Amino acid sequence: MDKLRLKFAKTGRAVYISHLDLMRTMQRVFSRAGVPLKYSEGFNPHAKISIILPLTVGTASQCEYMDFALADDRDLGPLPAALNPYMPEGIRALEAYQAPCKGAELRWLRLAGLMKGGRDAAYYTDFFAQSSIMVRHRAKRGVRTDDIAPSIKLARFTDTAGGVEAELILHAQEPTVSPELMMAALGDDAPAWFRFTRLEAYKEDMTPFR
Amino acid sequence: MNEKIDALLRQVQRPARYVGGEYNQIVKDKSQVDVRVAFCFPDTYEIGMSNLGMKILYGIMNDMPGVWCERVFAPWGDMAEKLRAERIPLWALESGDGLGDFDVIAVSIGYEMAYTTVLDMLDLGGIPLRAADRPGLAHMVMAGGGCMCNIEPMADFFDLCFLGEGEDVDREVLELYQTAKRENWDKPRFLRAAARIEGVYVPSLYDVAYNADGTVASVTAKDGAPSRVRKRIVEDFDGCYYPTAPVVPSTEIVHDRVSLEVFRGCIRGCRFCQAGHTNRPVRSRRPETLLRLGKETLENTGYQELNLSSLSTSDYRDLSALCDGLLDYCRPRGVSLSLPSLRADNFSMDIMQRVQQVRKSGLTFAPEAGTQRLRDVINKNVTEEDLLNSCRVAFAGGWNGVKLYFMLGLPTETDEDVLGIAELAKKVWWTWKQHAANKARGVRITVSTSEFIPKPHTPFQWEAQVSREEYLRRVHLLADALARTKAVTYNWHDAEMSYVEAALSRGDRRMSAVIEHVWRQGGRLESWSEYFSLDRWLAAFPACGLDMDFYATRERPLDELLPWEHMDCAVSRRHLERERARAYEGVLTPDCRAGCSGCGASSLLREGVCRG
Repeated sequence: MDKLRLKFAKTGRAVYISHLDLMRTMQRVFSRAGVPLKYSEGFNPHAKISIILPLTVGTASQCEYMDFALADDRDLGPLPAALNPYMPEGIRALEAYQAPCKGAELRWLRLAGLMKGGRDAAYYTDFFAQSSIMVRHRAKRGVRTDDIAPSIKLARFTDTAGGVEAELILHAQEPTVSPELMMAALGDDAPAWFRFTRLEAYKEDMTPFR
Repeated sequence: MNEKIDALLRQVQRPARYVGGEYNQIVKDKSQVDVRVAFCFPDTYEIGMSNLGMKILYGIMNDMPGVWCERVFAPWGDMAEKLRAERIPLWALESGDGLGDFDVIAVSIGYEMAYTTVLDMLDLGGIPLRAADRPGLAHMVMAGGGCMCNIEPMADFFDLCFLGEGEDVDREVLELYQTAKRENWDKPRFLRAAARIEGVYVPSLYDVAYNADGTVASVTAKDGAPSRVRKRIVEDFDGCYYPTAPVVPSTEIVHDRVSLEVFRGCIRGCRFCQAGHTNRPVRSRRPETLLRLGKETLENTGYQELNLSSLSTSDYRDLSALCDGLLDYCRPRGVSLSLPSLRADNFSMDIMQRVQQVRKSGLTFAPEAGTQRLRDVINKNVTEEDLLNSCRVAFAGGWNGVKLYFMLGLPTETDEDVLGIAELAKKVWWTWKQHAANKARGVRITVSTSEFIPKPHTPFQWEAQVSREEYLRRVHLLADALARTKAVTYNWHDAEMSYVEAALSRGDRRMSAVIEHVWRQGGRLESWSEYFSLDRWLAAFPACGLDMDFYATRERPLDELLPWEHMDCAVSRRHLERERARAYEGVLTPDCRAGCSGCGASSLLREGVCRG
């Protein structure tokens, strides 16, 4: 069975698992569960899996997507329940289905976050309301400076007893704006500690991505 | 993870190794546990998680009702600095609790260069280093592993040590500890009772006296401790516990695979080899057992590789049948089978060909010495003909790389023996020219040398290590001889670490001060070249009134009382002396199957007969 998609969550201690390690871990989960992944042909066969939008180490997610292919045919409904007993702590399969679109169609992400040890909500709200927010960052080809303002659809901040809570909608692919990049844009006003969680994924027109 | 720790984890390399939560980790309800064990491995997560001994004992201890054993590894430098700066105690992976919350701190030590790391882990956990500074029953520091056959250099730090295999004795000591804790014993009472269990060594129950020349005059046991501690073994290895559901790391480690231990001990009597002498007698698992354990472990872990481990896997009697059985299971599932440390003989080559049908990258052989004369001295029963035959088969079969391992500085070695390594390498290259299946691909022949380190409980335990200068002279002699052969790459290990290892491995308990001194000067994770410093050791010995050469480069007379003679590893001193004499005569001793040499190890078996 080809062109399958698994939606899963990555939270708790699992947020420290890197992208490459997660790929290895997922292969072992399928193997332990007795669900045979399809392998590529050739000298160095590797499992046909890819994770659509790799997470930064330290960020949690309720909406990760992995594309995969199986060596056999099976009912996809019960697959998450079949995989979950074999997951390390913090990773949970939520849904498995035939991928209705390409992974590249995932364009926006909604995130929630908590920030501590920086400025207050009003400051952040004003900062990210600017029509242009230039930030220097390391890209594939050297260091470049980009305006991230057009990639921020929503940046709402609220003061709470536990810190500043954030709700964001960010462009996730082409261009990619991560919460880390937003924090970097704050320069010396960046919070000392922050933690974000991806909550939902959308296509370019803000319809849900599946 | 609280925010303080999360903040730390975001600033260090590879944070996944510090958080636990892996598949198959064991978490217990603290209210149902009366003894908490922090199993400390004095190296990084990537090394420690690859260690089979740790997986075995983690499983065994957690199978005990009322005991919860958790894992602790040494943090890399970036993390260690942050823990110290933030005053956060080193924690165990399962619960995240600091070492101070544990009853027992268990340490597994397989190599001497880990000694300073042990101190560093205790200190990071807030545990006093010296046994004398831990008066209560809590924080009992226990050690086991290969280094226990001479743990005198660490004697001041450990409350008790396990000699030999830990499967049974660990359990017995923890049961005793449960009783002690329930009945409120004091520490001396517990240690006296523990010392009566076979295989337990309580360093504080032995008084060591020294002669004016610095050698050991006497070792006296007190309070009912045995005058010699006898090592423990698992007699029924076939029926013995094997961890079929080990913790599967969520981040890459060094040996990320199933390691199936086919037998313990070794039938070969290589005279330089400590493991070959201290792990006797040989005990094997039956092929049916191994097949079952292998399948079960692959299913429980999802690993894609299975390794057949032992000191000399080609000596496993049923290797051929075992490989066939495993291949039947592994091939259709895409699981690869790997064999380490094969001997250079025809039988092994045949197996290699069957096992590694896809990737033919490189083969490794360890002739250890360059001439037949010196190979006879060290009792390495490999001939030049065996080696070249194996290479011929390999090259004809499509392999295009061979790695050859040698030692320099072996007893009786001459320049002729050193140059013999170059000759052998050239013959291997010549063999490739004559027999290579595809010459267009070229060939990579790698020669590696390391410096010989005389080890306790071997026939060479009395030998001097050659000086670093002499080792380097021999290295350059060999390098010059190999320079003209372009197909051969020569790598040599630095002699600095070998020098320290030589001093530590044959040290006495006065060396505890040296180890602590080195640690206080920043020594930790010293098996890593990033962190090793010879200068720290060169300064520490004189600072503690000791001479490093006294331990490393001095030949001991046969009538000297060696610091480790109260450790009884079952191979007799008489056998070691006899083997040493035969080495100097260049006489081979047959392997255990070809003829029993009466080493003494069979006395550990109920029937008194080894089955090899």
